[in-house]
Amino acid sequence: MAVRMELLVCGGTGCQASNSNRVLEVLREGIKGANLQDEVNVLMTGCFGFCEKGPIVKVMPDNIFYVEVDEDAARKIVAEHVVKGRIVDEKIYREPETEEKLPEQSSIPFYRKQIRIALRNCGKIDPENINEYIAADGYMALAKALTEMTPEEVIDVVKRSGLRGRGGGGFPTGIKWEATRKSNSDIKYVICNADEGDPGAFMDRSILEGDPHSVLEGMAIAGYAIGAQFGYIYVRAEYPLAIHRLRVAIKQARELGLLGNNIFGTNFSFDVEIKIGAGAFICGEETALINSIEGGRGEPTVKPPYPAQVGLWKKPTNINNVETFANVCPIILNGADWFAAIGTQKSKGTKVFALAGKVNNVGLVEVPMGTTLREIIFDLGGGIKGGKKFKAVQTGGPSGGCIPSEHLDTPIDYDNLTALGSMMGSGGMIVMDEDDCMVNIAKFYLEFSCDESCGRCTACRVGNKRLLEILTKITEGNGEMEDLERLRELAETIKDSALCGLGQTSPNPVLSTMKFFYDEYLAHVKDKSCPSGVCTNLLKYYIIPEKCVGCTACARVCPVNVIHGEAKKVHVIDREGCIKCGECYRTCRFNAITRK
Amino acid sequence: MIKSLEELKQIRDKYKDVLQNREAEENKIRILVGMATCGIAAGARDTINAIVEEVRNQNLDNAIVVQTGCMGFCYAEPTVEVRFPGQSPILYGKIDAEKGREIVRRHVKGGEVIREWVLRG
Ligand SMILES: Cc1cc2nc3c(=O)[nH]c(=O)nc-3n(C[C@H](O)[C@H](O)[C@H](O)COP(=O)(O)O)c2cc1C
Ligand code: SF4
Ligand code: SF4
Ligand code: FES
Repeated sequence: MAVRMELLVCGGTGCQASNSNRVLEVLREGIKGANLQDEVNVLMTGCFGFCEKGPIVKVMPDNIFYVEVDEDAARKIVAEHVVKGRIVDEKIYREPETEEKLPEQSSIPFYRKQIRIALRNCGKIDPENINEYIAADGYMALAKALTEMTPEEVIDVVKRSGLRGRGGGGFPTGIKWEATRKSNSDIKYVICNADEGDPGAFMDRSILEGDPHSVLEGMAIAGYAIGAQFGYIYVRAEYPLAIHRLRVAIKQARELGLLGNNIFGTNFSFDVEIKIGAGAFICGEETALINSIEGGRGEPTVKPPYPAQVGLWKKPTNINNVETFANVCPIILNGADWFAAIGTQKSKGTKVFALAGKVNNVGLVEVPMGTTLREIIFDLGGGIKGGKKFKAVQTGGPSGGCIPSEHLDTPIDYDNLTALGSMMGSGGMIVMDEDDCMVNIAKFYLEFSCDESCGRCTACRVGNKRLLEILTKITEGNGEMEDLERLRELAETIKDSALCGLGQTSPNPVLSTMKFFYDEYLAHVKDKSCPSGVCTNLLKYYIIPEKCVGCTACARVCPVNVIHGEAKKVHVIDREGCIKCGECYRTCRFNAITRK
Repeated sequence: MIKSLEELKQIRDKYKDVLQNREAEENKIRILVGMATCGIAAGARDTINAIVEEVRNQNLDNAIVVQTGCMGFCYAEPTVEVRFPGQSPILYGKIDAEKGREIVRRHVKGGEVIREWVLRG
């Protein structure tokens, strides 16, 4: 009997954390109970990108998208939808603002503007079943490259497609391959960078979990193009599910002879090994990564020579990001022109972003390059949570910067983001609203860079510490006007003199917030106030006389007894002695206390 | 072991059906089978399974088979509706497995509306 209905249960890290494994079991049991197991199939796929609304269950071919499915909901889906063809209303996605119910995935705004190339199979196939990958044209690109194209032709297609590295720098992939091909050596390596250290980024993890073969196949094509027989995937130990899926995928590919000797009967041989990293941010930097694989300290070395000339074990090495590799197969199959037709003049194709922060729809989105920040945040992201006002969006993680509302209509590509003092980075996108203090945000990212600096060069090791000290001083209300000058000068110096990308970009969050939100810095330094009410040391607590009913609650919780007043009369805070603990603010049930 | 492009294509074609349910493009022909209690009691399960099988046998990868709830024609169950993109739907009544297969062959594949079984459309 042919399968006529399928229930796709998300098996990404996010949904597994909210118990999708159990949901899968309940669905299977229910379907067996209804004796429908030959007609209705339940399977686990990779991430749908809508992790915040997980566990996700999608029913096909009906194309109905269920969110937040728990065990009870799973039972209901079987009893109602599977058995009787009735949609289970309460588990359908609702538009946050209009409350409109949108049962079909394609009608959900979050998915409407997406074009999925790197994520093409995520949420569609079972990542632990190589036959499903093959059914979706998997390994066809490798076959085409090996049997119909010369390595030079492969490089030419990748070059003309305009694909640029998705790991952050945006270096043209074809040119990198060409350089590695031209380096003379019998032994060369391909490395896949799956370190993914940016806080909040998880696109590489989702690809590895949802479609591991697309990365293996991309690596094998790169191996053929540059003349390498061996590849490494460097992935952090915090990604156990990705590592598991990769292991399964490598085993299955070897069994079918798609990795190993004489692939497709040609004389090209290629195999892949997984290297597990300890999860230091600096180990995502390519030279530090190579040192780490060799068993040395994860510290960068000076470039040039580039890995393309002197890489792993001193051999020419081509290193690309997970998402970069995931784009390779469709380019080989559909051609350079197809890919180059998507995107902007200098940034082709799509980019996956991890949308997070104060937006309604949090998750992974893949959109064409050139989509504006406004479209991503307001159309796909559904706008700002709780109807608050947008303040800025942080792109590029600790190497990036904050972009204010006047630049919301900027089409996103590598060059536009750099021109705004930010970065594409790996695609992290954190939305901030009126309640976020930009000085504090800069401080947050700087703390990250200080923690993650490998300490090799003084500019980064000591410079960032000093930057952080100044910022801390400002947020505590002890800043002086000279500090602002010092900040800027020191930031520029670090940028110019650090050895590697970490130090060269770590001042970006400070510089970009100073550029776009200087008034907030001034408020902290001159008026000793934090306009967003975040920096606790700068807050001043007042009681609004019109609102106070004199319930005495605040006076009773104040640990230093500086709130005075008689019962049923307006209370007053003696700000001299106030230690800014915020207890009264949290206690007042009449919203009579403000802080500014 | 796959040793040639041909062998890879064989595996792909063998498993192609697996993904057929998962493509939900809007420009496909949709075949809806009423699967509420009334439909099931009248044998709609056999009908839908026969239709799915026939769609596979005829290699119709531009058609998807979806079950729906009650369409309000309980006296004429099992009901089957055929929707070509951009055209008004044709609803058939009292469709058993054999008639279901015939609808796939003659209407979905051949484009011919089988007048004598039509309820509405
Ligand atoms: C501090 C630092 C951290 C980095 N982390 C990553 C990372 O986690 N993943 C990644 O792919 N690239 C990372 N990179 C970029 C890599 O050095 C390298 O450019 C990239 O892997 C090349 O692949 P691509 O051309 O496909 O982007 C990092 C760079 C720096 C300076
Ligand atoms: S810039 Fe920072 S992270 Fe990079 S080598 Fe120097 S100290 Fe290490
Ligand atoms: S808790 Fe609020 S209402 Fe009560 S006395 Fe304090 S300020 Fe007034
Ligand atoms: S992990 Fe399930 S949608 Fe992302």
